[in-house]
Amino acid sequence: MTLPHFPPLAASFFGLLAIASLLLAFVMLGSRWLRDYMYAFGLQSWLIALISAGIGHYEQVPELYLVALLTVLFRGLLLPYLILRILRRLHADRELHEILQPASALVLGAAGVVLALAVAYRIADALGDPGSPVIILALTVMLSMKLIGFLMLSIRHEAISQILGLMILENGIFLGSQILIPGMPLLIELVILFDLLVAVASFGVLARYLMEHAGTTSSLQLRKLVG
Amino acid sequence: MSLTLAAIVLIAPLVAVVGCLALRSPRAAEMLNLAASLVTAGAALPLPFLASPAQTGMDGYLLVDRLGAWVVLCAALVYVTASIYAISYMRLLDEAPRLPRFYALFAGFAWTTLTAPLMNDAGVYWIAVELTTLVSTFLVGFERAAESVEAAWKYIILVSAGLSLALLGTVLFYWAGTVALGPHYQMTWQALGQVASHLNPTLVTLAFLLVLVGYGTKVGLAPMHTWLPDAHSEGPAPVSALLSGALLNAAMIGIVRYLSIAEQAGAGSVPRVALIALGALSLLVAALFIVRQRGVKRLMAYSSVEHMGVIALGFGFGGPLGVGGALYHMLNHALNKSLMFFGAGSMMRAYGTKDMTEIRGVGRHFPIAGALWLAGAVAITGAPPFGLFLSELAILRAGITSNAWAAGLMLVLLVVIFAGFLNHFRVMYFDDALAQAPKQKAVDGWSLTAMALCLVPLLVLGLWWPAAFSSLFHEVYATLSRGMP
Repeated sequence: MTLPHFPPLAASFFGLLAIASLLLAFVMLGSRWLRDYMYAFGLQSWLIALISAGIGHYEQVPELYLVALLTVLFRGLLLPYLILRILRRLHADRELHEILQPASALVLGAAGVVLALAVAYRIADALGDPGSPVIILALTVMLSMKLIGFLMLSIRHEAISQILGLMILENGIFLGSQILIPGMPLLIELVILFDLLVAVASFGVLARYLMEHAGTTSSLQLRKLVG
Repeated sequence: MSLTLAAIVLIAPLVAVVGCLALRSPRAAEMLNLAASLVTAGAALPLPFLASPAQTGMDGYLLVDRLGAWVVLCAALVYVTASIYAISYMRLLDEAPRLPRFYALFAGFAWTTLTAPLMNDAGVYWIAVELTTLVSTFLVGFERAAESVEAAWKYIILVSAGLSLALLGTVLFYWAGTVALGPHYQMTWQALGQVASHLNPTLVTLAFLLVLVGYGTKVGLAPMHTWLPDAHSEGPAPVSALLSGALLNAAMIGIVRYLSIAEQAGAGSVPRVALIALGALSLLVAALFIVRQRGVKRLMAYSSVEHMGVIALGFGFGGPLGVGGALYHMLNHALNKSLMFFGAGSMMRAYGTKDMTEIRGVGRHFPIAGALWLAGAVAITGAPPFGLFLSELAILRAGITSNAWAAGLMLVLLVVIFAGFLNHFRVMYFDDALAQAPKQKAVDGWSLTAMALCLVPLLVLGLWWPAAFSSLFHEVYATLSRGMP
């Protein structure tokens, strides 16, 4: 297994950024204002771009600079802008029907992080390199952002939150994969572009829905199809 | 030779997309799409038999092997019959100005389902599968009713969330591969297969489970199937056929290829057991929902969940019989489910409702279409003399030797589904309680041709399992069991 070996300073820098991104996921989980989600998501994308650029520098992979640029452009600027525009048009500021209070959601999210940490230790043990904190951290953040994303998808019902939930699912993968395997940038570039397409397509569906049923954008109202 | 044919398969639908958008005439668009589908099928028919040994093209991004070519063949057949049927069905919608856009999307969707099985790079395969979602979302929402938009929304959110798990699995597989291939390599199926025995089993197990859940969402395996009945029932009928007959197989092939690598990596019995468990659960969920179903297209959609479960069981049981049966089942199911959706679409338009309680006297009002649809219903429940009987029998025989519990459960559930499914047809055909005359123009020559084109091969495949297929299936089994997907 080729594990990346960063200089100590770089390792702690990446660790710090990874932890900050995870904290931002918790900010999204703990807030009920859609605007907060969006800012947290944008900031998280910027942090991930920083990680890409830093790893590109240390591992001598120039393509990662391109990944960083794409991340900032699409996920850090364009998506938040599109979401802001939709939020203004919808006059939707906050989650109206919460399945879970933000506090309970935070506790569940923390439980998810513990689970992710356990899995990360198990994997690191199996790889025979239990001593490398960056690997464990990267795996933990990657898996726990997955879990938090799914948690957001299931407890938030505003359409925008669901799209953002999808994006968090993938932010975790970007973050982890760049620390673990700096060697697959082409795929990551393509995936970033694709994600944008998915988001725009879902906005398209959303817009069409609004045209016909002005009023709600909560998926709680989507209950015609059952059984 | 096989590369040229694959190129034709991949170019013809794209020509139709461009043509439909450029010409902007409904009649031209439907004919152009039909022509493209005929060319595609003509090229795809011989492809599986010429694809040995496997060939790669386009800098190693394109892989024409027997497994991929087989799935392409199934997809191309559905594309042809669905294109023929679409001419009849889409004219009923009275939306002539939007037809060129529909056919452009339709050909584009067919293109994505034909492309995905031929992708050699595991990452690009993921992108191709995601692309199928993107294009088909707009087809599912095409009819613009509130239900269609709801189905489209559920479809894109659920499937994208599921596929993000598959992406994580792909990334972990790549990471596992760096042990033998170095930090930079092209993640082709062969590259992974060649080094499979060096991969870390724990990491590979985790990665496979993620991939299984991820692509399993797209295949419609329970409990990730919840988008499927909505998307299949709310899209236009030709789209439902393509979703069920072509798209689901294109996602299944990814699971099969990863399974072969995971087994070779020494991941033990976990991957196979997980696949069998999901397959059995799909059958169970489908059986429960089929028995109590009211919507005619939802009935067909749950039947797709059932048959994907059967195919998952076939690959899970493994062995020459299991793999061969599953591949044969892919073809039979693709043909049969198209027929069922065509019939359901026409009846839905004729009676003006999706509710089976309001569809009565089908056989009396539509003697020919009704007979074809009824024969298809008998076939889809796995009764002889149709193809699905043979393929389900092969899978059952494979199961008895490898996992008797699952095989027994499968047999019981198939019997339940047989009774539940045909009971709906008994009521629709032989109960004349509502004698309200349906619209006769819902069925025309195009739809009858499409339905007959599905039924005849099904009957032939049920009476005669071609020897060429047997050797093809055996070769696929041999390559899969060597971890060379």
